[in-house]
Amino acid sequence: MKVKEPFFWINISCGIIVMVFILLPLMEMLTAPSFSMLKATLKDRDVMRSIWLSIYTAGLAALISFVFGTPLAYVLARTQFAGKRLVESIIDLPIVIPHPVVGIAILSVAGKNHWIGQLMSDLGIRIMGSVTGIVTVLTFVGLPFYVNAVKNGFEAISPRLENVSRSLGASMFSTFFRVTFPLAWRSMLIGIIMCSARAISEFGAVVVVAYHPMIAPVMIYERFEGYGLKYSQPVAVWLVSICLILFLVLRILTLRTGKPS
Amino acid sequence: MIETRNLTVRLGEFYLQDINISIGRNEFFVLMGPTGAGKTVLLEAIAGLIAVDQGSIRIGVKEVTALAPERREVGIVYQDYSLFPHMTVRENIVYGLRYHKIKKSDAKGKFERLVSELNLSHLLNRLATNLSGGENQRVALARALMIEPLVLLLDEPLSALDPRFREEIRENLKSLHKNSDTTFLMVTHDFAEALSLADRAAIMNNGRIEQEGTVEEIFRKPSSTFVADFVGMKNFFAVNFDGREARINGLTIDLGDVSPNNCKYLAVRPEDIVVSKEKLSSSMRNSFNGMITGLIDQGLYYEIWIESGKNLFKATLTKRSLIELGLREGMNIVFSFKSAALHLF
Repeated sequence: MKVKEPFFWINISCGIIVMVFILLPLMEMLTAPSFSMLKATLKDRDVMRSIWLSIYTAGLAALISFVFGTPLAYVLARTQFAGKRLVESIIDLPIVIPHPVVGIAILSVAGKNHWIGQLMSDLGIRIMGSVTGIVTVLTFVGLPFYVNAVKNGFEAISPRLENVSRSLGASMFSTFFRVTFPLAWRSMLIGIIMCSARAISEFGAVVVVAYHPMIAPVMIYERFEGYGLKYSQPVAVWLVSICLILFLVLRILTLRTGKPS
Repeated sequence: MIETRNLTVRLGEFYLQDINISIGRNEFFVLMGPTGAGKTVLLEAIAGLIAVDQGSIRIGVKEVTALAPERREVGIVYQDYSLFPHMTVRENIVYGLRYHKIKKSDAKGKFERLVSELNLSHLLNRLATNLSGGENQRVALARALMIEPLVLLLDEPLSALDPRFREEIRENLKSLHKNSDTTFLMVTHDFAEALSLADRAAIMNNGRIEQEGTVEEIFRKPSSTFVADFVGMKNFFAVNFDGREARINGLTIDLGDVSPNNCKYLAVRPEDIVVSKEKLSSSMRNSFNGMITGLIDQGLYYEIWIESGKNLFKATLTKRSLIELGLREGMNIVFSFKSAALHLF
């Protein structure tokens, strides 16, 4: 057997440190609340409402990303044009902007001082302190993850398959639905998971735009501020568990039908 | 059937320039050229998959230059097969049917004929990803021919295959072409493929057509040094012409009836050179002494390098004649060729 060099042991040690760094705090948090406390939290209507709000606003953000992001991802994957790099950088901007700044930026457009904000308030659409506002912010932060995942998915499909399909008489629409989509839907699902995972964890931007109605991260923060660590932990446990289960189910779904043949 | 007029396509740095080819109905036409010559670009332009900057394309009686690919009735078969991986072989083959007005009974007949001709019946329910190279290519052919296109474009359909599959698909192509009204346009870089399949051919280089003609013509009478080189012309010399004679480094070659109008080069095919131990009494006007400097095993035949004066000639011989003549490196021999075998450029 090969003698392991110090280099190998350094790599292994660093790997273990990283694992512990990630897992230890999570394990501690998950195991801290007692069972009765978890049960009590489950019966707390406010908690359940906020977790549900978190999940469905994140889901809506992913849905909006799906509708508007898919065509954009397709264009980016299939065409070359001047300024493509610029467009790609713009799509990545929400990832690098500090979260509270996102909230403030959205409010600058949706506020009364902007004509769009005026128009929306005339139409009865409210961003500040509303579900609409939360979804807007979550879409803003989640969209890049969706577009990038799906763009990679489209790039992995040979354009020749589409060429052949068209030569066989199929229009571009028909080609997309019969060839491209069946081959890319898995990457779309991954995009949706990434986007909603990002959205569900958003705090800074949401707290600027809508403290109420309260999404789960805001509620966790409020409980921590008001009552301390012990009272915020059970909510956190429930949020994390429900999210993990949801993502796990989606992953299993993609793996089962995504059997490579 | 296919006619391009002054076709120009720009793709970044790359250009297709002034492509004028005309391919007859039900012809088997081959497009040859080195990598990067623009063969696939031309194919995709004909299929409507790449926008044309100038010129026109006509397929059958229709002018198709601005027509969407799905309305051109042009099938395409790629080197990498490009089968739809999420569909079975059967689904792949009938993919295009719903876009064409073909009677159900006709379609069924056509399907069965193609499946049996291409020997696909045992594969129909398999996913298109679990096939061998040859099977893949047979499915791709069936899929393209199922809708009876006016033109079938084949982008190096044989080059990704093992030799044994290559032979098989070549036979398939031959019989499919014979039994259909479809015009075949195939890209290849293998001259042997062209010889065995095509009626006519064109040689491309740097986005231009260098020569178009029957395969025989191109092989026998290459119109440029590039074509000569590409089709495997060896023994290629820059010469001074003097009336009916040509001088290359001390050798005087009798041109016979071949007239050197503005030509600068001369070439002889290796297989047109006859090697003997002594001067033959034959009608061959050009006969020279030389020394063997190399014997190169090329598998089915030997290439013989002969030095004569300061020139290096290459001749080919079968292994058998090599042994019969007892040729060895360093031997002095006589090599001869007819004036009619000369190619002047």
